Amino acid sequence: MAIARETEAAGIKIGGATVSRTRLLVLVAVAVVACVLPFLVTDYRTFQFTLALIYAIALLGLNILTGYNGQFSLGHGAFYAVGAYTAAVMMDHFGIAYYWTIPVAGLVCFVAGFLFGFPALRLEGLYLALATFALAVATPQILKFDAFEEWTGGVQGIVIFKPDPPFGLPLSQDQWLYFFTLGVLAILFLCGWNLLRGRTGRAMMAIRDNPIAASALGVNTGLYKTLTFGVSALYTGVAGALGAIVIQFVAPDSFNLFLSVTLLVGLVVGGIASIPGAIFGGLFIVFIPNVAEEISKAAPWAIYGVFLILFMYVMPTGIWGAIRRAYAWFIRQRAA
Amino acid sequence: MDLFLQQTLAGLAIGGIYASVALAVVMIYQATDHFNFAQGEMAMFSTFVAWSLITYGLPYWLAFFLTVGISFAGGLAIERIVVRPVEKAPVLNQIIVFIGLLVIFNSVAGWIFEHTIKPFPSPFPEEPLFGNRFIGMHDTGVIGVTMIMLALVFVFVRHTPLGLAMRAAAQNPESAKLVGVRVGWMLAIGWGLAAAIGSVAGMMIAPVVFLEPNMMLGILLYGFAGALLGGVSSPGGAVLGGFMVGVLENLVGAYVPFVGTELKLTVALVLIIVVLLFKPAGLFGTVTVKRV
Repeated sequence: MAIARETEAAGIKIGGATVSRTRLLVLVAVAVVACVLPFLVTDYRTFQFTLALIYAIALLGLNILTGYNGQFSLGHGAFYAVGAYTAAVMMDHFGIAYYWTIPVAGLVCFVAGFLFGFPALRLEGLYLALATFALAVATPQILKFDAFEEWTGGVQGIVIFKPDPPFGLPLSQDQWLYFFTLGVLAILFLCGWNLLRGRTGRAMMAIRDNPIAASALGVNTGLYKTLTFGVSALYTGVAGALGAIVIQFVAPDSFNLFLSVTLLVGLVVGGIASIPGAIFGGLFIVFIPNVAEEISKAAPWAIYGVFLILFMYVMPTGIWGAIRRAYAWFIRQRAA
Repeated sequence: MDLFLQQTLAGLAIGGIYASVALAVVMIYQATDHFNFAQGEMAMFSTFVAWSLITYGLPYWLAFFLTVGISFAGGLAIERIVVRPVEKAPVLNQIIVFIGLLVIFNSVAGWIFEHTIKPFPSPFPEEPLFGNRFIGMHDTGVIGVTMIMLALVFVFVRHTPLGLAMRAAAQNPESAKLVGVRVGWMLAIGWGLAAAIGSVAGMMIAPVVFLEPNMMLGILLYGFAGALLGGVSSPGGAVLGGFMVGVLENLVGAYVPFVGTELKLTVALVLIIVVLLFKPAGLFGTVTVKRV
């Protein structure tokens, strides 16, 4: 405990928050690795890392809702789809540049999430899981719906083009998209961190831990819960838009229940209620199925399922939780 | 009028399936206070078991009852092995385990039995009952099977010592333990029964939608909708809710022009949300009062 306080005191102030030196060092190291990475691996691997970053953004969104606010969502694939389609329709129909689609997708999803948050207010735990489960199952059908076909391209979906790097930067398209995604991720993670460590974050967690006590302390539970739903959807929607740009294609059947399950897997594996956990979750989602697919075509999902259940048994706090516990143990050993 | 009658009867037939799924959902909800999101996939897997038995050469009804037995044992085993370790864990962890089961069953079924669509036999004769032109024999049979099953479940839960023990374990686990009920095993039996009921639903729907690993997802959604509409605390209500949802689905599909068959799942989604918002206890459920 004493050591923890000491490192805290030796920390560096960033925007009113004290960050310990160890943390800062790790952060800088991670940033350096992240920037060097695309120059060391092939374009295909870079593409995969970009996807992992995209999933990490979506996972942070889900984590804000489920991990920090205690509202379950088995239907975040729907918001991912809304983000992806917003970006694709804007680029395909209106010829708008890809970078403008990101804030618009975020905004659209914020509104969608906020609106879905209203009925969700009345649903607790299990029932909310059920309603969002229904949302996830129904999403592909809604996307295929005839009346929207002019915009969504129906079953065929929409094909979009990969943007070139700007200002004549000597990067390949994949490398540029990687850095673009990395930038968006950095901004969103910083915002998320700021949101969660302050008054708002405390209110959100208070609602998760004891809604009645929270409202007795003057937290407007209804407003916070709907806003959290909106913010969460915003993150996932931005991820969806990035996903559409990177994959260059959107189609209804890629946004089925299994996308929502994928996000749930990432959340659990990375660590519920942890910000760095989202990165681990993203990496897991992208790279584990590749390994598993070599065993069998159907295996990735079975392995996802096994991971879900095993993590609940032995590592309910996910990879990040395990790292933290190991680190705490290490500090204790050194102190003793 | 003919269209209305035809759609209503067809709705009742499909409603029988939803009612069975709803009943299975409610069985587990009553025993454990949870929705089993893997219910549909478990039923799908049972149906594949039945399909294997039938292709192996067993007569239909033998395969039918064998499958029900295997499903019961399977459900029991799943509760004991997979669900038990998270029995006391937070709701989120349990839901995650259910979702894990869902994807495991789905992908393992695709792995073993492949994703090709398979025809599944109906035990009922082709020609319609009494030569009427509104409802086929299979549909009539489905309704009959559902009713028999409901009656059996009712008798079991209300009039047998084991049923009494199960209800006690669900309502007040601590007191039930004190009077010697083995609460853990009651939960397992609840799971077994739900799996058995689900397998019947699967075998009844398979001739209609054809057998493939994803066949139960939409049906599970309707089963949930039926259970919620009828009331999750009332098995009879859930069955009635299932029938109502089936009729509603067909009538909406036939009369509301833009819905058709394309937005059927969306109808279920809307129904679930509307019921949860305006009548969370369902039509026949009892409102639970929570003490703070």
